Amino acid sequence: MNAVRIVLVGFVLHLKMLSRSAFTGILGVIWPLFFATTAFFMFRTRHDPSALLYASLGASVMGIWSATSVTASSAIQRQRWEGTLEPIVATPAHFSLVQLPIAIAMSTIGIYSMASTLLWGRLLFGIHLRMVHPLLFCLAVPVTIVSIGMLGFLLSVTVVRYRTAWALGNALEYPIWLVCGFLVPLSLFPGWVRPISWALAPTWGVRAIREAALGGSPLWDVAACAALGLGYGVIGALLVGTVLRSARARATLSLT
Amino acid sequence: MGVIEARDLRRTYKTTTGALRRRTVDVEAVRGVSFEVGEGELFGLLGPNGAGKTTTIKMLITLLIPTAGEARVLGFDVVKDAREVRKRIGYVFGGDRGVYERLSALDNLRYFAELYAVPAREQKRRIAELLDLVGLAGREKERVEGYSRGMRQRLHVARGLLHDPPVLFLDEPTIGLDPVGARELRATIASLTAIGKTVLLTTHYMFEADALCDRIAVIAEGKIVAEGTPRDLKAGVARGKVVEIEVYGTADEAVERLRVVEGVRSVSVEERDQAQVLVVQVDGEREVTHALLGRLDGSSVGRVSSREPTLEDAYVALVTAE
Repeated sequence: MNAVRIVLVGFVLHLKMLSRSAFTGILGVIWPLFFATTAFFMFRTRHDPSALLYASLGASVMGIWSATSVTASSAIQRQRWEGTLEPIVATPAHFSLVQLPIAIAMSTIGIYSMASTLLWGRLLFGIHLRMVHPLLFCLAVPVTIVSIGMLGFLLSVTVVRYRTAWALGNALEYPIWLVCGFLVPLSLFPGWVRPISWALAPTWGVRAIREAALGGSPLWDVAACAALGLGYGVIGALLVGTVLRSARARATLSLT
Repeated sequence: MGVIEARDLRRTYKTTTGALRRRTVDVEAVRGVSFEVGEGELFGLLGPNGAGKTTTIKMLITLLIPTAGEARVLGFDVVKDAREVRKRIGYVFGGDRGVYERLSALDNLRYFAELYAVPAREQKRRIAELLDLVGLAGREKERVEGYSRGMRQRLHVARGLLHDPPVLFLDEPTIGLDPVGARELRATIASLTAIGKTVLLTTHYMFEADALCDRIAVIAEGKIVAEGTPRDLKAGVARGKVVEIEVYGTADEAVERLRVVEGVRSVSVEERDQAQVLVVQVDGEREVTHALLGRLDGSSVGRVSSREPTLEDAYVALVTAE
């Protein structure tokens, strides 16, 4: 019960902190629009409204991933700078219960990006958000957000031990856009890329969202996305003890 | 059995130097520290910057794993039983970092109350009590980013007491506070032992340790160089006297010249306006003023005075002894 409360209170308070940052908010809204615009111009040449919606949805999930990959990895480093990492570790709470809500709050902030991308497409390119399965769309979006948050959590765990590992999130931002099929269908990639894509929750998340909007059977994709997210969470929680012990042994919890 | 026990604690850091030819260097921050703190005692770990105080405290509060030696808090090993130790201790450190700036004091405390497993039904009452205790009642809904350094420091104290821990570790809690804020915080710290808390306080302010601590361990270069009550430490230098000599601009070389005078125990320098004051601790009642002035021949010398040693002199003698 206490674990659930820690996660919920942590999520609400971190979301509050992130929402109060005008910089994070503006960046979350504006940054994805550049990439979305590029995608809209690319897909507009096909003169197919479905293709444009396909691009719009892909670009919106790109925003969620970008918000998570960069910020989740740097979240630990920021806590080091702010001096809050040590007081948190010094509490008896399991560290994964502290870090998990931070990562999920980061991916939730990606909703700004999603909303701005869809609105941008509607206003400037006339892309209507049609939904074949509105209920499944409403299920697919939060499952994708939480699963991306879980992937961010797994990334952030490594930063506890390695002070400079926050750069990992930046390095993974664009490759994930590609291998998860946010913009380009996975069928265009060589066969060896596919197992990598299947192991990544955003692949299934964006597929579920597209199938819910454009038609198809998104339930399997939602389930795969949720299962992978859960898997990342379990791996992260198991790793965190080892990583923290190593950080205590190597004195990497503080800046100096 | 002590509430806090440290036995031959050691901690080595690895640092790397050089850009192309990287070289790993071992730095010994703590070199065999042992002490014991009894129940309800306020124990001071006193030493200059870089002496190993914070490293020692971080090992005791489970943030660092000792390279060697062992430590126990309330009988729990700080490495093997880290979680049990964390449940029973509070940690307060100095400075204005370590709080969530974009949240209010109330939200900061609410979050840490969850992390310390304070029962939900008790949180509201406990937080209100602590806000009152540290004088933040009425300001608790403001964002911490607008707080002064003293207010942040008081928030640190409230956070450290949230789960009503029997043992508190205070790492230079008054650092950077204005005199009034520091005095108020010292009064709060003094009241903690009155309600039965065991406190380990690190500080580099001699008067603070003297005013608050039941016992003091002086740490220098990673080792404990003296331990006892403030009265014991003063007694160590009570037989001597202190000669203060004002000089202008030649303090560093003068220190070396005075150190070799027979009967001189230690020499330190204090900056006072345009002048530097050489504080010379002398053994017994020996008359060395003429010998000291003789060594300063050619230097610009101002006022010379002699006085009884204070606890601060005892401290300076201990941490500057070679």
